[in-house]
Amino acid sequence: MDLTRGEVAGEAASRARPARPGPKGTRPTSKRERAGRAHAVRLALMAVPVAFFAVFFAYPVTAIVGRGLKADGTWQFGRVGEVLSRPDILGVLWFTTWQALASTAVTLLIALPGAYVFARFDFPGRHVLRAVVTIPFVLPTVVVGTAFLALLGRGGLLDELWGIRLDTTVWAILLAHVFFNYAVVVRTVGGLWSQLDPRQEEAARVLGAGRFAAWWRVTLPALAPAVAAAALMVFLFTFTSFGVVQILGGPAYSTLEVEIYRQTAQLLDLPTAAVLTLVQFAAVAAVLAVHARTVRRREGALRLVDPARTARRPRGTGQWALLGGVLATVLVLILLPLAVLVERSLDAPGGYGLGFYRALGSLDASGGTFLVPPLEAVWNSLRYALAATGVALVVGGLAAAALTRRAGRLVRGFDALLMLPLGVSAVTVGFGFLITLDKPPLDLRTSWILVPLAQALVGVPFVVRTMLPVLRAVDGRLREAAAVLGASPLRVWREVDLPLVRRALLVAAGFAFAVSLGEFGATVFIARPDRPTLPVAVARLLGRPGELNYGQAMALSTVLMLVCAVSLLALERIRTDRSGEF
Amino acid sequence: MSTTIGTTSATGTSSAASNRGTAARGRTAVAVLATALGVSVLAACGGSDGSAPSGGSGGTESKTVTLVSHDSFNASPAVLKEFTRRTGYTVKVLKSGDAGEALNKEILTKGSPQGDVFFGVDNTLLSRALDNGLFTPYKAKGLDRVDTAAQLDRDQNRVTPIDTGDICVNYDKKYFADKKLAPPQSFDDLVKPQYKNLLVTENAATSSPGLGFLLGTAAQYGDNGWQDYWKKLKANGVQVVDSWELAYNENFSGSAGGKKAKADRPLVVSYASSPPVEVLYAEPQPQQAPTGVATGTCFRQTEFAGLLTGAKNEAGGKALVDFLISDTFQADMPLNMFVNPVVKSVKLPELFTKFGATVPEPGTVAPDKIAANREQWIQSWTSLVVK
Repeated sequence: MDLTRGEVAGEAASRARPARPGPKGTRPTSKRERAGRAHAVRLALMAVPVAFFAVFFAYPVTAIVGRGLKADGTWQFGRVGEVLSRPDILGVLWFTTWQALASTAVTLLIALPGAYVFARFDFPGRHVLRAVVTIPFVLPTVVVGTAFLALLGRGGLLDELWGIRLDTTVWAILLAHVFFNYAVVVRTVGGLWSQLDPRQEEAARVLGAGRFAAWWRVTLPALAPAVAAAALMVFLFTFTSFGVVQILGGPAYSTLEVEIYRQTAQLLDLPTAAVLTLVQFAAVAAVLAVHARTVRRREGALRLVDPARTARRPRGTGQWALLGGVLATVLVLILLPLAVLVERSLDAPGGYGLGFYRALGSLDASGGTFLVPPLEAVWNSLRYALAATGVALVVGGLAAAALTRRAGRLVRGFDALLMLPLGVSAVTVGFGFLITLDKPPLDLRTSWILVPLAQALVGVPFVVRTMLPVLRAVDGRLREAAAVLGASPLRVWREVDLPLVRRALLVAAGFAFAVSLGEFGATVFIARPDRPTLPVAVARLLGRPGELNYGQAMALSTVLMLVCAVSLLALERIRTDRSGEF
Repeated sequence: MSTTIGTTSATGTSSAASNRGTAARGRTAVAVLATALGVSVLAACGGSDGSAPSGGSGGTESKTVTLVSHDSFNASPAVLKEFTRRTGYTVKVLKSGDAGEALNKEILTKGSPQGDVFFGVDNTLLSRALDNGLFTPYKAKGLDRVDTAAQLDRDQNRVTPIDTGDICVNYDKKYFADKKLAPPQSFDDLVKPQYKNLLVTENAATSSPGLGFLLGTAAQYGDNGWQDYWKKLKANGVQVVDSWELAYNENFSGSAGGKKAKADRPLVVSYASSPPVEVLYAEPQPQQAPTGVATGTCFRQTEFAGLLTGAKNEAGGKALVDFLISDTFQADMPLNMFVNPVVKSVKLPELFTKFGATVPEPGTVAPDKIAANREQWIQSWTSLVVK
């Protein structure tokens, strides 16, 4: 989510960034020589991430698309027109687009007050709550879908209070999208908001502007790029929505992502799936291009202050009411669905208790669903997530280091390319793995390493987004000074860059970890030895009848939630600590 | 595995970090994450020795036989050990998604399969597997003990039947007792007004029981009659969801999950074996199953296993297919996968005989007819019922 949070931090740092130092003074090496060496270093750094994406993303995706669109060795692009003229496919396209637009609008409407409150008000439990609202983002949709059904479906809160049932309506989909993406807006917009100098708005008020006019003329224009960036991310996530639509919408609703899954996994209609993949690819690339432009416009220009100085206790009834409203929204929309999971995990036969949790540790109770006690899934998940974090950090870190120095179009293109896995269907990637990674030296299909590799694909964009702005904000003169004093490029990086970005590295690691932990799509499409991850184990338990299985699924979901929450809280600590450092 | 090594190195990392660090606060968190980093890097580099099971391409290749199956595959560890004791081969199980997905993955990887044996293609999708030439013919030892009605590829033995099950409408006993209403027993009953808005079923395009139920109606009403039946069923308020999980756990009032979810559909398309399973996983075990089976709404499903063409360990694969129809495996199967053995001499567990339903005449559709009509039926069903 914090695809842009790092950028905000980068902006904080950019206030200290001077204009590019002029090439004056004496240097041990000539300008051209140095430029040549920098170029070589950048290419070397990019080699690993480029290879990673070529082998584990571009190659498999191209292969599976090729399987659908190639006949007798030639591409059959005529199929694109054929598929896109089918009315049912057009219906899917239309629904995908409008539900994403509507979800984005509703999310902004509901989450922007939240962003303000979390940015500007100081209240007890603020940091914990900030972490809590992020939990949905990293939870797998199988789990959340179930929780949301309990809220919006029959017998849910709405049903009990007013007899309203929203499951299998588009409203359920929209609200679930708000639930998932609330944190994106709160963190992206709130992160910038907390650093805007309130004195600017105050100055406008002193000069006679009304409260609203001051906000409209001063704060909003400063926030607009962050709002746009958040909106684009929400649009991207909802445009590619899968689990939410499938579980809450029912078979009558289908996004591109769901349709790609059905066409590939269920119907094996590869040509249709390939065309849909290309369409989604084009749409996502367009969104990312717009996103990149917005971000670029945003860099620099703003006067930012320490967030700790802008937050204060709410004053007056208006502000207290706003705080109350936001807290109520968070309670109903985010805490309640999570609480339902916990409640069901404790609702054992014969009264509330920890029966289901105890069952998780034993083999018998699972009735052979797994060859190991379900609790083993926790360790599997942690191991996979740690390995994925390692891969994501290496690949993402090298990519960010290579992209640090601003360069031409090629590098910017690479930057955007790293984001593409977020917009490509997990089923496409998973099935692509199947048909490409089957020969030595890449005979990885049945290897455990494929799971962390797939998870790392999703983690890398987060690492790059978090690290890049901070790396870019490192004062170039420090590096030059070190180089002048005779340090090798590696030593410069170790002594100058690394200490400055260590925090960002940890934040990036934490996010890659949390995202890997909850990653479900790619994990579930990869056939693996019997080592289920937490989300997969939950899905399998839900796949069998019987109270014990259902209860254990809920208990395991709660465990997953807690593990995610703990890693996010640890992140929150690092984050609050950071303001003084950069 | 490499946890101990990871911790040592992580200590190194975190102390190095605090040497150079400026902030004293939050060091615990930093250390936690540094530990995570240390472990993860090590796990990424050195994990292959400790945590990777002996893979298909490893040195132990000839002693490992890989079984690819769907997510519902289960066997007791003791039974798999027994196989190793008898044959010297160790089984590695790959669960590859739901039944349709697992099969489609095998078709995609045809010629370069992920394993040696595939288990879990059923009669509704059999033709898709056979037409794609997925399997190498092999006549399993002990095939003569297998129910001949289940041997749908008798001439060529490309697949071997392993189990059968019946896809039937289940009902919530309590609901019908409370309403003093007799539960439905047949397809005809389901379209009667007293059962309006009570049935939830699965999408025939995406779910194996959903497709089975559609074929059941085709068996009952004929190639052209089933559309009319579904029109009536739709008018009578049938609900369609994407998966068995959603139908059974979230919408069916008789299941444990459904009770918690306050589900309001007392009829669901599930299996004849679902009631005993509800009993098995309830604590304390009830005297009676909470759900019953409408025995006139059943479709017979048969699951097969086959030796994958291009298998790396063909000898081991053959031994595994033999083992799947051995008494040991067949007797273990019912309580693991909730299906019936195909070997007639194998007795069903008491749980099944006590709480399960016997289906006298399940619906069947000839394999070639399914092959010829499946895709087209699914398409017309979708436009008729879903859209």
